[in-house]
Amino acid sequence: MRRIISVLMENEPGALSRVIGLFSQRGYNIDSLTVAPTEDQTLSRLTLTTHGNDHVIEQITKHLHKLIDVVKVVDLTEGPHIERELMLLKVKAHGAQRAEIKRCVDIFRGQIIDVGTNAYTVQIVGNSDKLDAFIQAIGDADILEVVRTGVSGLSRGEKALRL
Amino acid sequence: MELLSGGDIVVRALKDAGVKHIWGYPGGAALHIYDALFRQSDVQHILVRHEQAAVHAADGHARSTGDVGAVLVTSGPGATNAITGIATAYMDSIPLVVISGQVPSAKIGEDAFQETDMVGISRPIVKHSFLVKDPADIAGVIAKAFFIAASGRPGPVVVDIPKDITDPNIKVAYEYPEKVKIRSYQPTTKGHTGQIKRAIKTLLGAKRPVIYSGGGVVLGGASSQLTELARLLNAPVTNTLMGLGAYPGTDRQFLGMLGMHGTFEANTAMHHADVILAVGARFDDRVTNTISKFCPSATIIHIDVDPTSIAKTVAADIPIVGACDVVLQEMIDQIEHSGKRPDEAAISEWWKQIDDWRERHGIYTQSRYEPSGGSIIKPQDVIKALYKATGGDAYVTSDVGQHQMFAAQYYLFDKPRRWINSGGLGTMGFGLPAAMGVQMAHPEAMVACVTGEGSIQMCIQELSTCTQYGLPVKIINLNNQALGMVRQWQDMQYSSRYSSSLYEDSLPDFIKLAEAYGHVGMKVTHFDELESKMAECFALKDRVVFMDIYVDRSEHVYPMHVAPNGSMRDMWLSKTERT
Ligand SMILES: Cc1cc2nc3c(=O)[nH]c(=O)nc-3n(C[C@H](O)[C@H](O)[C@H](O)COP(=O)(O)OP(=O)(O)OC[C@H]3O[C@@H](n4cnc5c(N)ncnc54)[C@H](O)[C@@H]3O)c2cc1C
Ligand SMILES: Cc1ncc(C[n+]2csc(CCOP(=O)(O)OP(=O)(O)O)c2C)c(N)n1
Ligand SMILES: [Mg+2]
Repeated sequence: MRRIISVLMENEPGALSRVIGLFSQRGYNIDSLTVAPTEDQTLSRLTLTTHGNDHVIEQITKHLHKLIDVVKVVDLTEGPHIERELMLLKVKAHGAQRAEIKRCVDIFRGQIIDVGTNAYTVQIVGNSDKLDAFIQAIGDADILEVVRTGVSGLSRGEKALRL
Repeated sequence: MELLSGGDIVVRALKDAGVKHIWGYPGGAALHIYDALFRQSDVQHILVRHEQAAVHAADGHARSTGDVGAVLVTSGPGATNAITGIATAYMDSIPLVVISGQVPSAKIGEDAFQETDMVGISRPIVKHSFLVKDPADIAGVIAKAFFIAASGRPGPVVVDIPKDITDPNIKVAYEYPEKVKIRSYQPTTKGHTGQIKRAIKTLLGAKRPVIYSGGGVVLGGASSQLTELARLLNAPVTNTLMGLGAYPGTDRQFLGMLGMHGTFEANTAMHHADVILAVGARFDDRVTNTISKFCPSATIIHIDVDPTSIAKTVAADIPIVGACDVVLQEMIDQIEHSGKRPDEAAISEWWKQIDDWRERHGIYTQSRYEPSGGSIIKPQDVIKALYKATGGDAYVTSDVGQHQMFAAQYYLFDKPRRWINSGGLGTMGFGLPAAMGVQMAHPEAMVACVTGEGSIQMCIQELSTCTQYGLPVKIINLNNQALGMVRQWQDMQYSSRYSSSLYEDSLPDFIKLAEAYGHVGMKVTHFDELESKMAECFALKDRVVFMDIYVDRSEHVYPMHVAPNGSMRDMWLSKTERT
């Protein structure tokens, strides 16, 4: 099953390599990963998506917690949560294609953020499924380049991952 | 506040961390620290002959005392040579602080002379690591390193220090922190009360309980609690290879080691148990045999300080995260308070069954191997002779192979921290340097290194360190002229095709070799001289003695789990007998 795991850790050099090393060392998967400092500059927040059975996920969260630099770990998928990912795409756009792509971007509530004679750069935000669906909708052939941030997420309500 | 250079701070911080001995080897990037060592006398540096040995020696010190072992190496080759030692300590959860010199900060990343990314290379085999960026951070980092190494589940910590950080011309204020606090690291010690209650209820209701205890009981200093609880429950106890000595080996309730080379009674009792209390043990594959067939009718209670050890390979019915001394004490208190006792009739039935197993195939109730005689010396008899000569009271280190298993089976350790071996990594070459570490920490004690002619050659250069520092360890070389453990597997699985497990007459004359280093060599080829030579060896209190004992080349270690697809109770009992 797909899981979103959120990690609050010391904003120290080397902390990220320990997290990544843990995954490769123990044969766990990382499907996406995003990390940046939080409002407290001494901490960074890392969100990763992974998949595995309950046993594997349990070991992953326990091992993450065991890392000395890790302050807190939460499996967001255990409860109600919000997830978002941002995608930038460069697509071929000329002639009739231009209107077609524009319509598609509107349907997905994206924005065209750069316009060239033969290409658009599109920005879409949503959960990962929505981004996948957009790629499907415009068809591979027209895509020049795709970059995705990976998933960020929070649990719903007042629950917060903090010190 | 005092102003000191980085090099001096390293040494002062080591002293303030309680270090008396540091094992190491100098080189460019560490020379400022070596100079600081020279100018003081609180911390003694012991010069080994290879960095791997420095780590094993500090490890032997740590295993035999419970203190954190300390190591100092230079960058590049010094650091990489230390890696095997660090991995050995990591696998067995041994507390070490390994300080490595690094190229100057400004040169990091330039492929500078003797540069290697020590923090990167060691990352998967350390509990934590630090790269020091400022001389003002050294004391705090070293204090943290010692705290992390020793607390929770112990382990090795690397502190990598670039050369400019120890520059004698840059002085900063020195202050060793009185207390270390790390907001992201708070190991659990007290177990969950509700879980402990459930565990007690299950144990008191058990009809066929077994206590399976491991290295965590040694590491956590919980031998007395373990013994007391076992007595209260009148339950049989088995130890892993790492747990030997945590429960007295000569006690009636002790079944011997369990696992691949465990005793018939320990493995069979595990298989039939209805309740297993696992404490400080990690259900290693050398213990469990095939997981799906492991102890089919047991309710498993698992106490471990590290949550990742619980339910890693075998699911726990009652997991308890906590330090074993605290949790076991709480269990004892609660049982005593409740006034309840286990089901006496059921337990005595269980003991009857176990005693029957012991009678039938036990290695302690009968001789399970052909007798020694003439020029045939059975390796098992060497361990028995060692036991006799030392009154069962020596520190015994070992290398890896058949000799290690014979030592584990036949030297009955009554005290924890007496049996010093590499279990998790199985590092040949561990025995001699570990023995040096033990001897340095216990100058008056008898220290024996049980080894094989294969393993001893992996760190034999340390005979020179023994000479320099007067470390009178006794080397008991079970010379079977083969990589015996490998050969045993080749006998059992490869129709005796001895691919690279023999040396073709290339073995050195160990007696001359020992003498070349200034030590005493003794060759034993006949069984009738074994006991007297062994006694003679230990009578030479101040000398290193290398006993080269020619043992039966064809002997195998039994029992041995049937694998693959065997359960705990499926064992070879000899070359021809199977359960
Ligand atoms: C040739 C060879 C053959 C071997 N054959 C066998 C064999 O037949 N039988 C056998 O048992 N082993 C055997 N081994 C060793 C085996 O590989 C493992 O090293 C060993 O089984 C692990 O022991 P353990 O489970 O006690 O765990 P250890 O590695 O000692 O781990 C200790 C556990 O205790 C926990 N712990 C630490 N401190 C505390 C504390 N204060 N409180 C609570 N928990 C704590 C740790 O988190 C960890 O889970 C063999 C090794 C070799 C090289
Ligand atoms: C560094 C290292 N290399 C290889 C092995 C694999 N190995 C395990 S036991 C063994 C043979 C050991 O021979 P010896 O020391 O003579 O002991 P014996 O089994 O003969 O008693 C080998 C090669 C190991 N454990 N460690
Ligand atoms: Mg041998």
